Amino acid sequence: MKTLTDTWDWLTDAAHWSGDDGIWHRLAQHLFLTIVCLVISCLIALPVALVLGHLGKGGALAVNISNIGRAVPTFAVLVLLLLTPLGQYGEGPTVVALVLFAVPPLLTNAYVGMRGVDRGVVQAARGMGMTGRQMLTRVEVPLALPMIMNGVRIAAVQLVATATIAALAGGGGLGRIITAGFNLASTPQVVAGAVLVAVFALLVEGIFEIAERLAPAWARGRVG
Amino acid sequence: MTAVPQAPPPDDCLARNEWICGEYLSTRRHILVDAVVQHLEITCVAVAIALVIAVPLAVVARRWGWAAGPVLGLTTVLYTIPSLAMFSLLLPAYGLSATLVVAGLVLYSLTLLVRNILAGLRAVPQETRQAARGMGYGPIRLLLTVELPLALPAAMAGLRIATVSAVSLVTVGAIVGYGGLGNLIYAGMNTYFKAQVLTASVLCVVIAVAADVLLLGVGRLLTPWARASHA
Repeated sequence: MKTLTDTWDWLTDAAHWSGDDGIWHRLAQHLFLTIVCLVISCLIALPVALVLGHLGKGGALAVNISNIGRAVPTFAVLVLLLLTPLGQYGEGPTVVALVLFAVPPLLTNAYVGMRGVDRGVVQAARGMGMTGRQMLTRVEVPLALPMIMNGVRIAAVQLVATATIAALAGGGGLGRIITAGFNLASTPQVVAGAVLVAVFALLVEGIFEIAERLAPAWARGRVG
Repeated sequence: MTAVPQAPPPDDCLARNEWICGEYLSTRRHILVDAVVQHLEITCVAVAIALVIAVPLAVVARRWGWAAGPVLGLTTVLYTIPSLAMFSLLLPAYGLSATLVVAGLVLYSLTLLVRNILAGLRAVPQETRQAARGMGYGPIRLLLTVELPLALPAAMAGLRIATVSAVSLVTVGAIVGYGGLGNLIYAGMNTYFKAQVLTASVLCVVIAVAADVLLLGVGRLLTPWARASHA
């Protein structure tokens, strides 16, 4: 109980919210890092997955990349990149490590979603004289959208969670509050940092949930 | 003041701080072995505990439909907590110990295991259950000899994902000093020791892939009927 009240005291201390080490600054870094990595990962993974899904090729590739991605520790990738010449470029290693981490779930979900589109519907579209490009953009992608968005959601939440690891390698973000707490042997600060990151991750999860509820019915995968 | 004659610095790959270094492997072998042993211990204990908790949870969620929502919801929320944050949230309860890392990994593995075992149990065909009932099977015998074996392939798939994820997550345990190979990566980062970072990282991936292949084999041995149907 002592820890809980100490943590609350730490969080409600205005001095901990301002300045370069303050919560607001760390939160902004965390948000920036997450959004940049999510956008880059989507730009890499989605076009590849959509085209492969449209062509119906490379399924084994998508699944295998996903499995390999899980086996490689993000922390190890981050440190390895840090020791290469890329390490000179500030957040460069963090961004690359996080993008590598976020691509597999995006790729797999988008591919599976594209393959899950009813073949009969695709054939009907072909029968209506649609070109490959029209089928992709007007039929397959809209129908696969729930699965694609599910991948984006998984990637986003995992990115928020994993971006904390950047702090272990001296990067910015909310993880810094945790690592600084460890160095100061301050349990309240460590727990406060952990709570902040967890709340942030759940908040992102919640935003996707609300967006899904508000989306039109067809985008939620319901017919009619 | 006479200068003490010093031996010239050794000109090997350790001194040149190269990525790949045989000298490192031969001189620090015991450090690597210790780290691998710690890595394996933490992973195995965590996944085993998670499995022991996950099976009853999944069975309960299958038997009583109302329990499925809370069980799945709780384990999913646990999964969204970042690993670094999870280890730090458990800090007041466990202190700086290997137990802390194990506890964190158990909570992560639970989500994957419960989801997969539940999916496996739900996929058991109604006809199969009714046939077993008709042969006079009670609920316990039905569960142990029909439902659980049929759920095995899905459960093994979840176990493989959980184990591979756990192997890679152990590295983050370096923050509390119990990260197995992660300790070497963390130390190597601070001292710019390339050979140590690369060797430990590669060993992590090797362990993960080996564990995956091992579980794949175990799954095949446990479900001979699945192979028979393919033949």
